[in-house]
Amino acid sequence: MSTEEALFQYLIRLGDNALILGQRLGEWCGHAHQLESDIALTNVALDQIGQARNLLTEAGRIEGKGRTEDDLAFFRSEMEFRNNLLVEQDNGDFAQTIARQYLFDVFQFHLLTELSRSSNEFLEAFAKKSLKEVSYHRKLSSDWMLRLGDGTEESHNRLQQAIDILWPYTAELFEMTEADKVLMELDMVPDLKLIEQKWQAEVPSHLEESRIRIPDTKGYMARGSRDGHHTEYLGYILAEMQALPRSMPEAKW
Amino acid sequence: MTSHTDAIWQVLEEVKDPEIPVLSVVDLGIVREVKQLSPKAFEITITPTYSGCPAMDTIEKEIEALLREKGYECAIKTTLSPAWTTDWLSEKGRKALEDYGIAPPAESTSDKSFLTGEAKEVKCPLCKSTSTQLISQFGSTACKALYRCDDCLESFDYFKCI
Repeated sequence: MSTEEALFQYLIRLGDNALILGQRLGEWCGHAHQLESDIALTNVALDQIGQARNLLTEAGRIEGKGRTEDDLAFFRSEMEFRNNLLVEQDNGDFAQTIARQYLFDVFQFHLLTELSRSSNEFLEAFAKKSLKEVSYHRKLSSDWMLRLGDGTEESHNRLQQAIDILWPYTAELFEMTEADKVLMELDMVPDLKLIEQKWQAEVPSHLEESRIRIPDTKGYMARGSRDGHHTEYLGYILAEMQALPRSMPEAKW
Repeated sequence: MTSHTDAIWQVLEEVKDPEIPVLSVVDLGIVREVKQLSPKAFEITITPTYSGCPAMDTIEKEIEALLREKGYECAIKTTLSPAWTTDWLSEKGRKALEDYGIAPPAESTSDKSFLTGEAKEVKCPLCKSTSTQLISQFGSTACKALYRCDDCLESFDYFKCI
């Protein structure tokens, strides 16, 4: 695999994570339980969409076939998306959205911290920029984890249920492909085993502090996104997100 | 040469942030470089405050329109590196923010406590009390958090330190 091809695949993976999570969070606009949470979730969505734009633009440039950020976001089908299964999961209630956000924020925070030292100029600049934003996301979601988990019986039960649903989707965040190997050789990206160690050093203890137990999945953990196999949710997300540009491809703002 | 780029910086002072109209793009520190390409053509390098800042497109168009109106040609370049920081806010900008009712960033980013979320003293822009509390990490735009003053009880925006 050439460096360009590996880089394209890696950028698509990061870009799709940001895009799909941003789209999911955007669904909260006007629906949260209080104005502050509504604004917070949509601000996080905005940061993610901004990051997705930078990543997909760079992916298109590296690919060299003239595809723009919009081409990549709106004219690829489900199996061409490489976002992790975690980010496409249903918003559920507020607890489930916060749990999904927290599990992903800790991953993204440590990944971006390492990418800030990338030998690739774009990845380094992108990571340094985005890390400032993600630090705030992680603060927001980890505060809410404590507040819900160690809150009322109702909020605790809902957060526990959310973690039970989402936990099996956390393992594949750290799955590596040929692209990771090629880019690791060039010091462009970190070993995801290292990110997993940092994630494992942080998440279980914070869950414990939030009085949430990690479910016993009996060894089962979901996988598939690295090969383009998604849960049923992604198709619905894309149908909504892509309907307008696909039905009116010439439409302009 | 220098005097020509100085003239462009002067013109850029007239371009305001569409969401915080008391701040010019120069006060905000988002104009990173002005380079003269030919006697009447300039390259302006700008950087976004946040990755998803929706004001960037408008700012770009306003810079182009204003420079054209003054008889200049310009090319706009966007860069992500070095990443924008609130340390680049000008003194004039910080003062203008406070007068406008937005508390300016309380600390320098060289103090990394903003990452760990340690509480900092944020002064109420209305009654100047320092007895204030954070209501939400995110305010009316990505660059602001929401605070409330415990003395005058007004809520206010705080320009987050990044």
